[in-house]
Amino acid sequence: MRDKRITLDDAVGQLRSGMTIGLGGWGSRRKPMAFVRAILRSDVKDLTVVTYGGPDLGLLCSAGKVKKAYYGFVSLDSAPFYDPWFSKARTEGAIVAREMDEGMVKCGLEAAAARLPFLPIRAGLGSDVQNFWGDELQTVTSPYPDASGKHETLIAMPALNLDVAFVHLNIGDAHGNAGYQGVDPYFDDLYCLAAEKRFVSVEKIVETEQLVKEVPLQQLILNRMMVDGVVEAPNGAHFTLAGESYGRDEKFQRHYAEAAKTPESWQAFVDRFLSGSEDDYQAAVEKFAEEQA
Amino acid sequence: MTSTETVTRAEYCAIACADIFAGAGEIMASPMSTMSQIGARLARLTTEPDLLITDGEALILADTPAVGAKGAIEGWMPFRKVFDVVASGRRHVVMGANQIDRYGNQNLSAFGPLQQPTRQMFGVRGAPGNTINHATSYWVGKHNKRVFCDKVDVVAGVGWDKVDPENPAYKYLNVYRVVTNLGVFDFGGPGHTFRALSLHPGVTADEVADNTSFEVADLADAGVTREPTAEELRIIREVLDPRNLRDREVAA
Repeated sequence: MRDKRITLDDAVGQLRSGMTIGLGGWGSRRKPMAFVRAILRSDVKDLTVVTYGGPDLGLLCSAGKVKKAYYGFVSLDSAPFYDPWFSKARTEGAIVAREMDEGMVKCGLEAAAARLPFLPIRAGLGSDVQNFWGDELQTVTSPYPDASGKHETLIAMPALNLDVAFVHLNIGDAHGNAGYQGVDPYFDDLYCLAAEKRFVSVEKIVETEQLVKEVPLQQLILNRMMVDGVVEAPNGAHFTLAGESYGRDEKFQRHYAEAAKTPESWQAFVDRFLSGSEDDYQAAVEKFAEEQA
Repeated sequence: MTSTETVTRAEYCAIACADIFAGAGEIMASPMSTMSQIGARLARLTTEPDLLITDGEALILADTPAVGAKGAIEGWMPFRKVFDVVASGRRHVVMGANQIDRYGNQNLSAFGPLQQPTRQMFGVRGAPGNTINHATSYWVGKHNKRVFCDKVDVVAGVGWDKVDPENPAYKYLNVYRVVTNLGVFDFGGPGHTFRALSLHPGVTADEVADNTSFEVADLADAGVTREPTAEELRIIREVLDPRNLRDREVAA
């Protein structure tokens, strides 16, 4: 079986400007943050991002890398809740927003996973979602009438086909089998099924035999057909939470949100945390935690 | 016996939030704030024992613990399964709102133009899917004209005036009730407009009118919110919210 182990920068090296990427996780939960930091280190830009957004989208916006965003929400999940960099990009009109109901994101990924052009969904009807999308979002009328003879007209959610998916899971092997450990898989399997190139970072890479021993069958959400590259990235979801591996680094997330307030404080944040390698980031984060203790 | 003489405004809000679930049966109660959470759990401990409630993350609770406390579980409800429940209709959500208009259109997304807002909030979240699929109510801790406005900037939660009677896809829309720090409301006014059901003790019709941009149906005739029972007060004060978090969500 193929050994798919690669580095963060090698994975992101396969990304091109203008691509559509999906970012797994949810809000400030098990986000592929090490991949996002690697994207910040790269020179790719003009990305279209599909996400249940959190600080992943915020960091990409801070570096001006987002052209268009498809999202059900953007939340830090704890105070101040609204991501400051996403807010700035939106109020400056820097990104095109294809805002949608949360359930529509799942639906669009499922359509892509099944290679369907659309799936019907009720969510979105009557709301401003239709105005966010304009002609890009159409309706579809059922060929089957209901009991009264009327035909339901529903949102025709288009497939959210992705060029690349980035997800972070707790444990995996070198071939792309991977599982989550915690209460929620989120939608990471769907992102992988919807994408051409699929990259997963994991807290630890183990032998397959150990993987299937450590994780119940139902938590093995990725198989080899769903993954092109595996990166071992311990603490790779930081500062978001990661199931049983660790909780959210609330102090650091607050620091991130505070730092976004002025150009000076953001430059200091970039200099300290985002101007080196992933190892440099993790060392700086450790030092930050010691100072805050 | 717990005294009913000193019932606080927050306690009237709590029982009004519980009353949202009267007759709901065996569905998932999804309160999105501390106050509505107290209400849902109060309903479950009194008249609606078959309600399903979660820890707000992924676990279905067998117990009815205090807000923020852990309890024994009875099942699994990760986010993707929540969307299955939404589509099934077996749910009643109580959301917050930055804006609500007289037909129940709601905004929690952003203020200003869609593609260049003046202030960004969460985006529409699950509001479009909630409102089109199942019963939806709102909790507003500070009833004022900025919230209860003539026109919401972004329609996240769908209001009654958006329903297309020729399209059966809208048939499950049920914007049910609004509980605020001033009273209890629904959309039973003419043409599904905002209507007063009761005002909390001490609140006047003028106070509601002065804090609502549009005319409130039946405002002059609205009665007073009912008294909590002694049992409800005991549950609120001793079981569900001993730290009195409820007061923080109600404007003075």
